[in-house]
Amino acid sequence: MRVRPLVFVVLTTIALGACGSSSGGRADGGTAKTVTLVTHDSFAVSRPVLAAFTKQTGWKVRVLKNGDAGVALNQVILTKDAPLGDAMFGVDNTFLTRALRERVFTRYEAKGVAAVPRALRLDPTGHATPIDVGNVCVNADRKYFADRDLAIPKTLDDLAKPQYRDLLVVENPATSSPGLAFVAATVARFGKAWPNYWDRLRDNGVKAVDGWEAAYNGEFSGAAGSTGSRPLVVSYATSPPAEVYFADPPPTTAPTLALDQTCFRQVEFAGVLRGAAHPAGARALIDFMLTRRFQADMPLQMFVDPVLPGTPLPEVFTKFATVPTDPFTLSPARIGRDRASWIDEWTARVLR
Amino acid sequence: MARAARTLLVAGPLTFLAVFFLWPVGAILARGLVTDGSIRLHSLTDVWRDPGLRHVVGFTVAQAALSTVATLMVALPATAVLSRFRFRGRAAVVALLTMPFVLPTVVVGTAFRSLGITGSLTAIVVAHVFFNVAVVVRVVGATWRGLDPREEDAARSLGAGPVRTFVTVTLPALRPAIVAAGSIVFLFCFTSFGVILILGGPRFATIETEIYRQTAQLLDLHTAAALSIVQLVAVVGALYAAGTMTGRVRSITRTAAGRRVPTSIRARMLLAVGLLPAVILVVVPLGDLTIRSLAHGGTGYTHLATTPFGAPYSPLDAIVTSIEIAIVATVIAVGLGIALATALTRPGRRARGARLTELLVLLPLGVSAVTVGFGFLIVFDTPPLDLRTSWWIIPIAHTLVALPFVVRTTVPVLRAIDPRQREAAAMLGAGPAQVWRAVDLPVVTHAAKVAAGFAAAISLGEFGATLFIVRPETTTVPVAIYRFLSRPGATNVDQALALATILMLLTGVVALAGERRTRLETRLETRP
Repeated sequence: MRVRPLVFVVLTTIALGACGSSSGGRADGGTAKTVTLVTHDSFAVSRPVLAAFTKQTGWKVRVLKNGDAGVALNQVILTKDAPLGDAMFGVDNTFLTRALRERVFTRYEAKGVAAVPRALRLDPTGHATPIDVGNVCVNADRKYFADRDLAIPKTLDDLAKPQYRDLLVVENPATSSPGLAFVAATVARFGKAWPNYWDRLRDNGVKAVDGWEAAYNGEFSGAAGSTGSRPLVVSYATSPPAEVYFADPPPTTAPTLALDQTCFRQVEFAGVLRGAAHPAGARALIDFMLTRRFQADMPLQMFVDPVLPGTPLPEVFTKFATVPTDPFTLSPARIGRDRASWIDEWTARVLR
Repeated sequence: MARAARTLLVAGPLTFLAVFFLWPVGAILARGLVTDGSIRLHSLTDVWRDPGLRHVVGFTVAQAALSTVATLMVALPATAVLSRFRFRGRAAVVALLTMPFVLPTVVVGTAFRSLGITGSLTAIVVAHVFFNVAVVVRVVGATWRGLDPREEDAARSLGAGPVRTFVTVTLPALRPAIVAAGSIVFLFCFTSFGVILILGGPRFATIETEIYRQTAQLLDLHTAAALSIVQLVAVVGALYAAGTMTGRVRSITRTAAGRRVPTSIRARMLLAVGLLPAVILVVVPLGDLTIRSLAHGGTGYTHLATTPFGAPYSPLDAIVTSIEIAIVATVIAVGLGIALATALTRPGRRARGARLTELLVLLPLGVSAVTVGFGFLIVFDTPPLDLRTSWWIIPIAHTLVALPFVVRTTVPVLRAIDPRQREAAAMLGAGPAQVWRAVDLPVVTHAAKVAAGFAAAISLGEFGATLFIVRPETTTVPVAIYRFLSRPGATNVDQALALATILMLLTGVVALAGERRTRLETRLETRP
């Protein structure tokens, strides 16, 4: 079985070389000074910033994106005996325990990590380096509430009040990362009584859809490209600035508002993969992610917040983003232990 | 001699399937089922004892069966008139009906949502019909247009009414093709993922969505492997049942003289009644998409060459990548598929081996994209052939999906060659190679063209497997659409819709090219 595929693939490659030669060349990235970053689909960095890294260190970067955060991490776990790359970016606090338990990273203390606030350094074992922060918050359609002279809700408890009946749409935590984060927010807020809160939300007409796209573009009335009619949706603290940034022409006020008392904090980490072919390049890349240059690039690329205090923010962020003063948090260990049972409980309460 | 040639023809496709399908899938299943060197089957019994999962299995089969029947009901009348009548715009209608096939579910989801069809079993079934009309039109149409209308005429002149003629003459000849198309549609609906999640909503779960949840979210490979085995067993069972329904394959005298110009009012009415349901079902969502893609002054189209949010590719790059991959996937799929179909339909084949091979070719459609994708990851990991990050992995994955179509559109057509034609040629002194060139080749060429158009469309639209395959920055159009739609903001939605419309038109052009009459048809149609 080991020889035949080899022969076959070589033959096919030769036979078809003529058709795809222009593109086939892109496949080989294994030159001496190339570091490979494994990440999820939402990763983005601007070209000049990546070029600056290559100029500073001599390392070129090859980026492998695959699937959402969960899929990307699971692929890394499945391939840990023969890693796909050298560094990984995009493990968040809901998946951190799994990554550490599966020992996909080697220990590395990145230069500059000391400047990151202690609350964000969630890996005491020193394998995963925090790179960015995002907050999952309920977003509100300002126009809807203004038109009806209805006060925009403020807290999780408000969402269960009768005046906000049939207004909220959430994502299924089994298939959606913001969906899970919002369930985690309710666990952090209500403790053991969190399932009762969902009973109240269900009785108040909460709608659950599969993923963020269906919720935000499909059900939410405040999104620019939306066909929906519900004015409250679980999304991100940076969705309002994104609405402004991606509008043509940009409006002077954001059409939506993130409710700062409904937010759950997600921290994303990077690490050097165990068994990496180019660990030096991986370490250099992670160091670079904690430099001001990269940190300042992230907001408009990935719509997340930098972890380095004092990083200059783009104007759409300072003007329109909600910075939750005291977001809900849970320890990665707690999330790792309970996520499956939360999902089961939530499914039983809300869907059945 | 003939046997050696057949072995050679079969070897390539079977090796391909063994290496790129059986091996990775077997490896990932083994990872889930084998612990410390011994096979643990209790996860399998757990699945069977869990009433929730039993319900999921039942729903999966039911929705797939329902969707298949609905698709056939909408598509067969359209196929009938498209195969029987020659009229202006016929090729355009075929192209139109093919377009949905390539659209990523996430985009179609937006169209159905804006039409208010969402969150119910009806939405799931309607969407499945929308996507799969093309399969029936193409697979059944390939056989139907080759039927000799004189047989029907004979039945009619002997006093059979139109219904009786259809049931006794036309239907038996079409049955293999209808079963073939039905099997493919069933498999697609059986493993459908996006439609269930996006249009069904979180209340609906199928084996496929459960496998995704177990593999992608929970990394519970034991349960995922057990579910994959349940999925495989169900798929093989369904295909086996389909095989027994195929019935005796009748040879068909090849003439393509059958397309008539609908002149009478009755014929025109028939044309309209046959086409309308399928066309309306397809045009309304597609029209909705196109209209919405023109919102905000068409900015979605004017920004195609610029790189969005610093990603190292522009939508235009994605279009180029998609076309490159489609060309390579089509060449591999048509090459392997025609070789296999030729071998399977050679006279004197051993029936059991042939049936098993046909089954094997269909299997990739019945296995979860996550399973295949994760399987690729764990087997192609040995340098220098670390295929996991190679550009080739994408056309290879697309070939796996396209191959069943190529084989299934070609086999019925080749099988229908009247052996007497070959015998006649042989009797007149032609050697085996010459017989093949004179009798089979024109038919093969024609079938290859139809299959190529289809394979290209499949590659252009493939999304499920592509998203799970790791590779450097080669983004295909469906993946680019998905990435645009996962960000807030008007310009992202505009670009996604513009790209979807372009993908749709691109497919239309490919399909139109495939509909141009081949030399064989022209020759036959001009023959007195």
